[in-house]
Amino acid sequence: MVLTPDDWMAVRLTLELASLVTVLLLLVGTPIAWWLATTRSRFRNVVGAIVALPIVLPPTVLGFYLLILMGPNGPVGQITHWLGLGRLPFTFAGLVIASVFYSLPFVVQPIQNAFMSMGARPLEVAATLRASPWDSFVHVALPLARPGFITAAVLGFAHTVGEFGVVLMIGGNIPGKTQVLSVQIYNHVEAIEYAQAHGLAAGLVVFSFLVLLALYSVGGARNTLGAGR
Amino acid sequence: MSGGLDLRCRLPLADFALEADLSLPGRGVTALFGPSGSGKTTLLRCVAGLARAAGRVEINGECWQDDARRIFLPTHQRALGYVFQEASLFAHLSVKANLEFGLKRIAPAERKVGWDAALELLGIGHLLERGTGALSGGERQRVAIARALLTSPRLLLMDEPLAALDARRKQEILPYLERLHDELAIPILYVSHSPDEVARLADHLVLLEQGRVLASGPIAELQARLDLPLALDEDAAVVVEAQVLEHDEAYALTRLGLARGSIQVTRKPLAVGARARIKIQARDVSIALSADNPSSIVNRLPARIRGFGEAVHPAQCLVSLDAGGTLLLARITRLSRDQLDLREGMEVVAQIKSVALLG
Repeated sequence: MVLTPDDWMAVRLTLELASLVTVLLLLVGTPIAWWLATTRSRFRNVVGAIVALPIVLPPTVLGFYLLILMGPNGPVGQITHWLGLGRLPFTFAGLVIASVFYSLPFVVQPIQNAFMSMGARPLEVAATLRASPWDSFVHVALPLARPGFITAAVLGFAHTVGEFGVVLMIGGNIPGKTQVLSVQIYNHVEAIEYAQAHGLAAGLVVFSFLVLLALYSVGGARNTLGAGR
Repeated sequence: MSGGLDLRCRLPLADFALEADLSLPGRGVTALFGPSGSGKTTLLRCVAGLARAAGRVEINGECWQDDARRIFLPTHQRALGYVFQEASLFAHLSVKANLEFGLKRIAPAERKVGWDAALELLGIGHLLERGTGALSGGERQRVAIARALLTSPRLLLMDEPLAALDARRKQEILPYLERLHDELAIPILYVSHSPDEVARLADHLVLLEQGRVLASGPIAELQARLDLPLALDEDAAVVVEAQVLEHDEAYALTRLGLARGSIQVTRKPLAVGARARIKIQARDVSIALSADNPSSIVNRLPARIRGFGEAVHPAQCLVSLDAGGTLLLARITRLSRDQLDLREGMEVVAQIKSVALLG
């Protein structure tokens, strides 16, 4: 294997990004999934469609608008500047935020499906056994939706590892800061360094295959994955 | 009102409105009986707070809902036990953890139903370490009942707990339900559309149809009423609470005492003094004008005719009888009624051909 120090840096950065994003996605995605699974609000379909947008939008479109929002003249950019956080584009933090948006549907949908297939009955039972709504959520809904969470975490992680368009639009190509695996592969190909491109690309193929294999081996994950879209 | 269950529920449903206004006894088993879709389960859910009707729910002096005073306790703050039609055990927990789920959530001072007592009552001590997937339908339902009991409820709500079980499993669970009835001081609201279950378990009956209460009263009283659909059933019957008086070993008979008088049934393995619930079907009761004529029928009780009603078949009619405080129902032909010239208020003899011991 002929990986350069920059390659290893990209691998490390990618894993850091994907881990952090996965944790954030579970934190953000769970309440959204819960709301979508249980609400009778007429905004349910609107919110569901917005969450699902990244599935159909070209990453460049998503990245473009995030860039404008977080840029010096965008509302988010002005807020972060005012807060003293500086500008988000071309930083690791900006990459994290963009990735959260980009991978959100892959986390929300499996969790939402798990909550929906569980139905209202277990929570009613818990209520008749003196469990408050929060108590029921933590001790009944979360454990029963576990296969959905496993699917969500794996998909969210894998999807973040594989992103390219959004990274390029938001983060650019800064080694050690925003230069992730997929961008690094692109760099190698541009420079006609096919051997190095192979090293990273083949690694990603194997990684993705193992992830999916693990996913399909976990009982119940198949349903939550298949029913998602 | 401090004793008893006071329920006032108004709730518009898809086809009709649930409108119940009930004062029920604060002890024993009250069966909510009616055809499917008559609003029985909805009424139960309103009592539990799982559905929200307009009105009032007061359980032995404890107010769970009173719209006039803007009180509505959420389900988890009501001291109730609820047994659903399917057992609804938590799949991610073992049997033991399922049982502990509710128990852990009530204050130790509130725990009136003991762990061992509940396990023993439902016969599930040997199932504790199992996963819920390894249980039969009957076992699952017994665990669900014990789980509800372990929260020491002030009211136990049971929504057709046997409906999802086959006939054999039903027979397996019924004795446990009868023990609940006999050994617990907790009032039970029991939803059912099975006349057999109601006859075995209920003390008090509420008849529901299209969301409305047709009648509410002690089971024996309602069964003997000629204006209710119960009497029109092919298997129309009355249940009678009796007490074992003595055994006649020579003829292998057991004598059961009624409110007044007694009847004899084939020898039963019951202790003298024990209470027994028996069922007498309308088709098994015939009427004679006097006790003089010899007959092979052993059980003959003096009775007074309370009234007549129409039966489903035009050849027959229903006769309501009062045998010294024990209400009976007889289904006879209109021909015999006219030939014997039976009339309301007449003193006759009720001949009971067969008696079924329940439980």
